[in-house]
Amino acid sequence: MSGDPILSVDRLSMRFGGIVAVNDLSFDAERRKITALIGPNGAGKTTVFNCITGFYKPTSGAMRLTHDDGHAIQLQRLNDFRIAKLARVARTFQNIRLFPGMTALENLMVAQHNALMRASGLTFLGLIGAPSWRNAEQAAIDLSRTWLDRIGLLDRADDAAGNLPYGDQRRLEIARAMCTQPALLCLDEPAAGLNARESAALSELLLSIRSEEGTSILLIEHDMSVVMEISDHVVVMDYGVKIAEGTPRHIRDDPKVIAAYLGADEEEAIAVMESGT
Amino acid sequence: MDYFAQQLINGLVLGSIYGLIAIGYTMVYGIVGMINFAHGDIFMIGGFIALITFLILVSFGLTAIPLILLVVLLVSMAITALYGWTVERIAYRPLRHSFRLAPMLSAIGMSFVLTNYSQVAQGARVKPVPPIITGGYTLHEGAGGFVVQLSNIQIIVVITTVVLLALFTWLVSSTRLGRDMRACEQDQTMASLLGVDVDRTISMTFVIGAALAAVAGMMYLLYYGLVDFFMGFVAGIKAFTAAVLGGIGSLPGAMLGGLLIGLIETLWSAYFSVEYKDVAAFSILIVVLIFLPTGLLGRPEVEKV
Amino acid sequence: MSAPPAAQTSRAPGAAFILKKALISAFVALVLFSLMIGVRTEAGPQGQLIYWTRFGDLAAMVAAVFGGSIIVELLRQWWGPVGTVRIVPPSVQTTLAVARRGIAPVLLVFTFLVPVLFYDERYILDLAILVLTYVMLGWGLNVVVGLAGLLDLGYVAFYAVGAYSYALLATNFGLSFWICLPLAGILAAFWGVLLGFPVLRLRGDYLAIVTLAFGEIIRLVLINWQTLTGGPNGVTGIPRPTLFGIPLTPADDGLAALLGIEFSPTHRIVFLFYIILALALLTNWVTIRLRRLPLGRAWEALREDEVACRALGINTTTTKLTAFATGAMFGGIAGAFFATRQGFISPESFTFHESALVLAIVVLGGMGSQLGVALAALAMIGGFELFRGLDQYRMLVFGMAMVLLMIWRPRGLIGHRAPTVFLKSNQAISSDLVKEGHG
Repeated sequence: MSGDPILSVDRLSMRFGGIVAVNDLSFDAERRKITALIGPNGAGKTTVFNCITGFYKPTSGAMRLTHDDGHAIQLQRLNDFRIAKLARVARTFQNIRLFPGMTALENLMVAQHNALMRASGLTFLGLIGAPSWRNAEQAAIDLSRTWLDRIGLLDRADDAAGNLPYGDQRRLEIARAMCTQPALLCLDEPAAGLNARESAALSELLLSIRSEEGTSILLIEHDMSVVMEISDHVVVMDYGVKIAEGTPRHIRDDPKVIAAYLGADEEEAIAVMESGT
Repeated sequence: MDYFAQQLINGLVLGSIYGLIAIGYTMVYGIVGMINFAHGDIFMIGGFIALITFLILVSFGLTAIPLILLVVLLVSMAITALYGWTVERIAYRPLRHSFRLAPMLSAIGMSFVLTNYSQVAQGARVKPVPPIITGGYTLHEGAGGFVVQLSNIQIIVVITTVVLLALFTWLVSSTRLGRDMRACEQDQTMASLLGVDVDRTISMTFVIGAALAAVAGMMYLLYYGLVDFFMGFVAGIKAFTAAVLGGIGSLPGAMLGGLLIGLIETLWSAYFSVEYKDVAAFSILIVVLIFLPTGLLGRPEVEKV
Repeated sequence: MSAPPAAQTSRAPGAAFILKKALISAFVALVLFSLMIGVRTEAGPQGQLIYWTRFGDLAAMVAAVFGGSIIVELLRQWWGPVGTVRIVPPSVQTTLAVARRGIAPVLLVFTFLVPVLFYDERYILDLAILVLTYVMLGWGLNVVVGLAGLLDLGYVAFYAVGAYSYALLATNFGLSFWICLPLAGILAAFWGVLLGFPVLRLRGDYLAIVTLAFGEIIRLVLINWQTLTGGPNGVTGIPRPTLFGIPLTPADDGLAALLGIEFSPTHRIVFLFYIILALALLTNWVTIRLRRLPLGRAWEALREDEVACRALGINTTTTKLTAFATGAMFGGIAGAFFATRQGFISPESFTFHESALVLAIVVLGGMGSQLGVALAALAMIGGFELFRGLDQYRMLVFGMAMVLLMIWRPRGLIGHRAPTVFLKSNQAISSDLVKEGHG
């Protein structure tokens, strides 16, 4: 593949005991593009995510992340929080993982931890209330406010995250990931559990993140309408291996993809085919 | 070498007692996921009840040692089991679905209650009993005149432990109660949907754990010839250490951990210093947990992301 | 007669039910107490054990359980089922909220005035100093347990490190209290890091048991390392604090002589009172401040969801370590104060009991709530003092109170979390949403 990949996964394999969850998987995610990772349940998509974000150590293979300035980082050599901090890869979770007892605003403030830690002089400047810290704190609040506004939650900024409706929690989690100012945003089923209107709003949000922030996005999604609408590139997995990749249009007509879905789940197969008509 | 062999025997006997207590910790932890802090005190109560029963039987003129031992064993198991049941009923059941720290604090409170209850009821002084079972075998006579001995009481402790362990393994693996217990361990909601009486199963777990602790209490009384109201605390911590060392939730692990702690303590006392034997046991716990966070036989905890 | 029929039908079979329940309870009590209370053992004059029966006591206890069971059951029917949330009218709720906001300043002003109000009552002053020491310990442990959600059952170890640091530095090298105070804090924090570094990746109860073991190790070392610590006899003759180098003694260079007033031992007590008040308030101020800094916010986030923290690039190990060290530092400072107040320390003061007491204060206070911890310390230590006359029953009552309080309020007295930053309105977050951590 030509172009300028932000992330290139090279022969990634992940085994749990005797089970091979991901087998020799290679694909690229283009810079400032939305790449979708799809496949039937149990295809190993979330495992790929967990490898990329360092929650699992892959059995073998390499994942190279290249920043805009050309600086490349081998993700398999870093652990989870360093990937988020140094490689600037942010993620969301399939089952939402907000800080439920903290407010929406606080959730976004926590996301800016590393920047704020520096600004607070590793806490000491903050403890004495230095002006430089105050400015940095205000800037962080402003950034949070901007994101709350973008996801339509400005009015609920001071509500506990655990009290927000499901759809709002999904969007808040994305906003929280964006507050880390990531180079690559990994979304694990962001449209799961959303209704049609919310899905449409989500698509809009993701497209605006790509165009306005210039953030590259990698997403796992079952909602084919979202995948087909916003993806620039689709990678299809089944039983831990890549069975197809290409543009949404190309994927939709690929008999291997349809077969994979038919074999796994009739409803999803129909969804894949219908989304083309 | 002979000295070492003797210490090995002593350590295994002490370890058997720790193992019996540790099983109670491990079972309760497995099924309700809490440290039953009062379990050490249940062991102490078991020792006291064994002592009192023994005194009464002797004062009634009973002399047949095997009969006395059997009655003491049964009475102390029965009454101590009821203590275990009551503690669960009063202090833990109302907090079953509460926050994680509440049952722990409640358990610590219950431990204070039991310690001081027995202090108030039976006085603070150490209660000594004359050796009940005497005699033993000389296994080996060394050149320097050092003798390796295996006393009858040591044999009884080890045999009782092995028999109970076998019985208990059978109970957990092959009976309906054991199946219910394993089901509750996996998923209480699902178990109750499938017709398992979760409350009863948990109660039974406490009852069995307490009964085993009572046996340990009685063995302790026979072996050391004394009980006191404060003995539950240190023995409890060490037994819990044993449970963690073996891998909490695992029954063979609890026994293995108990034996290891017993051995470490005895050998450390024999070769280094008696004063620091507990320090050695606790340090080894810390070291093991650092390198084997789920203990020797525990299942590795997979972090779900 | 005016009661709804439903209530009547539910209460009608109640009498038989209550009686049956009370009888079962009484029977259980009979079996439980039969040997432990019905028979009393004691070592006789020749060392052999003797026993005598106490059937009167046994009967009284069983009767008490019978009666108690009936009363509890009646109360339960009266109050409705346990666990039902009674609806509080909004007007009452707002009044309570206002009262809650007002209580902290009132309490603070009152505390400042305690030495004035009770100048002649040495006992109350001593008790106030004790309460404040536990308030400080509670606030210190609150950083670890309440904010970061790490379960520390060996907090007393840091208290001991602080106390012995001051005692040994002062008696061996003649260092003054004010120099030793920060040193004690730093040394305790250092031990906190030393312990924390290897064990903080353990989760939940494993961490609890390791910290408990650590607390015991420290105590055992203090008992056995006789050449350094004096063993079970402890350290005596620990110097008292001075006011900028001026001792509070009847001597010619003492504070009373310099001020030209008559010396009174109460001066020193009042001085100690204000020292511990200042230290406790410092702890509180630092904690409140830290909560609004990224570090403190990361502690709370850690309590809420550790995996999410790591996904946001937060180094959870160092974050936990800082919480552990901060808590340990406050414990160490409180320990140094304890040593100077007592003038004598021994390992007996640093048992697991103390750790459990401080943890109970934190949990009862409502995890993470500064005011709650202060109130809980007052209630626990004050309540404990009320039972001083009961002597050996004191710990029994204390243990029962711990069990009952947990059943009554598992989330503590103050069950709300105050946000650390807000855009428009600073509204408290219900404790039902707040997690309590796994570490």
